[in-house]
Amino acid sequence: MERVKQEERQYQRFSRLNRVLHVVMIVSFMSLALTGMTLKFSYTQWAVILSRFFGGFESAGYIHRVAAVMMIGLFAAHFVDLTRRKRREHGTWRAMIFGPDTMLFNKRDLRDFIASLKWFLGKGPRPEYGRWTYWEKFDYIAVFWGITVIGSTGMMLWFPEIFTLIFPGWFINVATIIHSDEALLAVGFIFTVHFFNTHLRPEKFPMDIVIFTGRMPLEELQRDKPAEYKALIESGKLEEYLVEPYPPIVIRTVKAFGWTALAIGFSIVVWIIYAMVFAYR
Amino acid sequence: MNTVQPNVPRLFSSIAFLWFVVIVASLSGTPCLAQENSDCLACHSDKALAGTRKGKTIAVFVDEKKFGSSIHGSLACISCHTDLEKKELPHEEDLAPVNCGTCHSAEQELHSKSLHGKALSRGDPLAPSCKDCHGTHDILPSSNPKSTIAVLQIPFLCGKCHQEGAPVQRQRTIHQDHILENFSESIHGEGLLRKGLVVAPNCASCHTAHAILPHTDPSSSIGRRNIAATCTKCHALIEQVHRKIIKGELWEKEGNVLPACVDCHQPHKVRKVFYTQGMADKDCLRCHDNKDLKASKDGRLLFIHTEELASSRHNKTSCSQCHAGVNASRVRPCETITQKVDCASCHAEVGQQYQKSTHGALMAKNDPNAPTCKECHGTHGVLGKLNPQSATFATNVPDLCARCHREGQKAAMRYTGGQHGIIERYAESIHGRGLKKSGLTVTAMCTSCHTAHNVLPHTDSLSSVNTQNLPSTCGRCHHGIQEQFVQSIHATSIGKSDKKLPVCSDCHSAHTIRRADEEGFKLDIMTKCGRCHVDIAKTYFDTYHGKVSQLGYTKTAKCYDCHGAHDIQKVSDPRSHLSRDNVVSTCQKCHPGATRRFAGYLTHATHHDPEKYPFLFWTFWGMTSLLIGTFLFGGIHTLLWLPRALQMRRKRSKKVPDKNDTNPENSSSKENDGAS
Repeated sequence: MERVKQEERQYQRFSRLNRVLHVVMIVSFMSLALTGMTLKFSYTQWAVILSRFFGGFESAGYIHRVAAVMMIGLFAAHFVDLTRRKRREHGTWRAMIFGPDTMLFNKRDLRDFIASLKWFLGKGPRPEYGRWTYWEKFDYIAVFWGITVIGSTGMMLWFPEIFTLIFPGWFINVATIIHSDEALLAVGFIFTVHFFNTHLRPEKFPMDIVIFTGRMPLEELQRDKPAEYKALIESGKLEEYLVEPYPPIVIRTVKAFGWTALAIGFSIVVWIIYAMVFAYR
Repeated sequence: MNTVQPNVPRLFSSIAFLWFVVIVASLSGTPCLAQENSDCLACHSDKALAGTRKGKTIAVFVDEKKFGSSIHGSLACISCHTDLEKKELPHEEDLAPVNCGTCHSAEQELHSKSLHGKALSRGDPLAPSCKDCHGTHDILPSSNPKSTIAVLQIPFLCGKCHQEGAPVQRQRTIHQDHILENFSESIHGEGLLRKGLVVAPNCASCHTAHAILPHTDPSSSIGRRNIAATCTKCHALIEQVHRKIIKGELWEKEGNVLPACVDCHQPHKVRKVFYTQGMADKDCLRCHDNKDLKASKDGRLLFIHTEELASSRHNKTSCSQCHAGVNASRVRPCETITQKVDCASCHAEVGQQYQKSTHGALMAKNDPNAPTCKECHGTHGVLGKLNPQSATFATNVPDLCARCHREGQKAAMRYTGGQHGIIERYAESIHGRGLKKSGLTVTAMCTSCHTAHNVLPHTDSLSSVNTQNLPSTCGRCHHGIQEQFVQSIHATSIGKSDKKLPVCSDCHSAHTIRRADEEGFKLDIMTKCGRCHVDIAKTYFDTYHGKVSQLGYTKTAKCYDCHGAHDIQKVSDPRSHLSRDNVVSTCQKCHPGATRRFAGYLTHATHHDPEKYPFLFWTFWGMTSLLIGTFLFGGIHTLLWLPRALQMRRKRSKKVPDKNDTNPENSSSKENDGAS
């Protein structure tokens, strides 16, 4: 009986919308990366095969643009969600941005970062991380930067005839370099640093499915984000966030999806390293 | 009386001539005889006098007596040596050659159109000019028996060059042998030389004196169409004699159909015999119809298929026309044959081409591999190239050439160039498939490019497949392309480059030519351009267009989409597809909304050149620094984290047994996670 109770008491970290958006993000990001890479690394054999797999460069281009529209859509949806959440939970933008659970960097993050470095070097205890750690915030903000930079240059490449009504032709060349290198940065960072920080670090290995299920065991919350746990206990609001866990079939589905995403991500990393180190002309 | 009478008109005419000279001289008012012959002879009567011509020392002695008695004896020296007129004495050396045509313009004209004149203008050292037959200062009229051109002397005059062993006979293509010898034994020669009949024909009677042309020339006096007229100059009523065979006038009007005089009466060998008996094909077939007939020398079969001959191209040609040298007076007329069949005696032009070709050169060296006429054309069954049964019919030619040029065969064995498997490759090429699969007889096959008889290696500047000549060779069919190409920057007359300029085969290959709208060709062409334009090709592959084509897709701008294919010009040339006036419409072919600013896109951009493309260079390095910075930061952070994280995990797994008591299900599911 107690066992069942223990299972039921999981902490809900992500809302349904956020989880859906992350899945959409994964699908669109993977699609963009795979189709875009065929052009960037067109001098490799794997790019030729991959391009064939997507039905040729034109069809790969359509997939790339559909995925881009998906990503812009989810970006918009996230903004709408932010506005709603501001109204519901914080009242003002100011309260939201400078509140304790903000997604933007604040003094606490600087403290946590320094304390983390000390902990890494064995000169202090593990910091008491809060709801959003600084590396999670970095990933979050990077998406804003990435979508802005890659999205805007991508639009230039999508509609060069319109953009050259205003800009000189060589802007398209510049946009190409920025688009592709920024994409390389995004892909490389997500599939190595983000994968490690979130899934592969030994405490979470092989993956952390909280972004798909939205819920995590309480003891994991207690260990991973002690400050958040304490705050919830102190405010007595913990009960509000406790929900029943998903049945095993959902977990299995989620894990299958996660494995697929991880596998594609790692393959991409391997291909990129091969292309840049061994096949570069 | 009889002895005096002829002298009267001669005396009269010479007096009249002297008067004429005096009158003309006085009327002109200038001293046109300023240099009297005596002035010239003051020096030139010296037998030891020497001068130079083109650096060579020559005797310039003029025999006054001989000159005086020559037909030109009454003329002034300077009327022939016109360049000495009004020159001070002693004059300069190296005089201009005397132009006989000043007075003898009609003869001069005939000579210049003749075989001799053409050879002379080609600079052939063996070609005869006026003086080689007529002499110089000692020219005598033809009526003088001592003249070189006296009727009785002519055979020996012509024989100087045209007798067996003379350089002309040895080094030039003369299809008749033993000319002087045969002539002297012929009924004509016998009459002229032995019986002294001055009305008997000499060489010039048939060949003319000045208008000597090969028998293949339609205007030649010995051409097939004219030979009857030439013979009937003397044999006026010969038609009546031959009426039974040749039906009178048809003989002359349809000289190409009916036998001409020379078909029976061989030139230079004519005898007074009944040729119809000895020379007819049926007389040959008396023996050669025998299926078992074999040569006594080497045992080869000598049987002639009459049906084969009858359906051949030469069905109207009699045996003796090809197998020349028969003697009709013998029981076996063929026993006098000494030479092999010489096709060039009729096909003179083709024969000359063959002699200059690689095939002919091998033949001249007696190479056993050398193909002669019959190797390609066959012998008695020879068919025209328009007959589908013929080995030389368009669709059969590749197989014909393949007999020697297929890999492993004799021609391919001795070939040292870079073209291999040509027969197989040709068969797969657009030309080969057009010819063989589509049966298009107008498709290019071996001889379309290499010619039939003028076959030469591509290294020979006269070869049809030499780099210089290739555009016009391909242009014989692809004329429109040639017109564009010769105007383009790649044409040798226009392009200036240290590197070898490309011709058709450099992009299209020689034997592996593919359709230009084939995917493979379209992609391949970029590496072809890139062989010379190395840098520009590399930078092309750095841009979108290049990357797409590198992936193997053709629906993107390739070299020729922008620069043109055969009409490539410098970008600075107003005719270029990329000139200021044309570039926008060139972009619009694929990008309908393209503007002048759009055309500013750098299609050959590279971010490795800070001089040429600083914006791209700095953008690239800016982005690269961002990448390196971010990865360094993330990477170091992760690496530092790793040992602590492992430590945490180890600590936690030590606690697991404690937890197992309270929450066994949870931890077992975790283990499963790790394993899955």
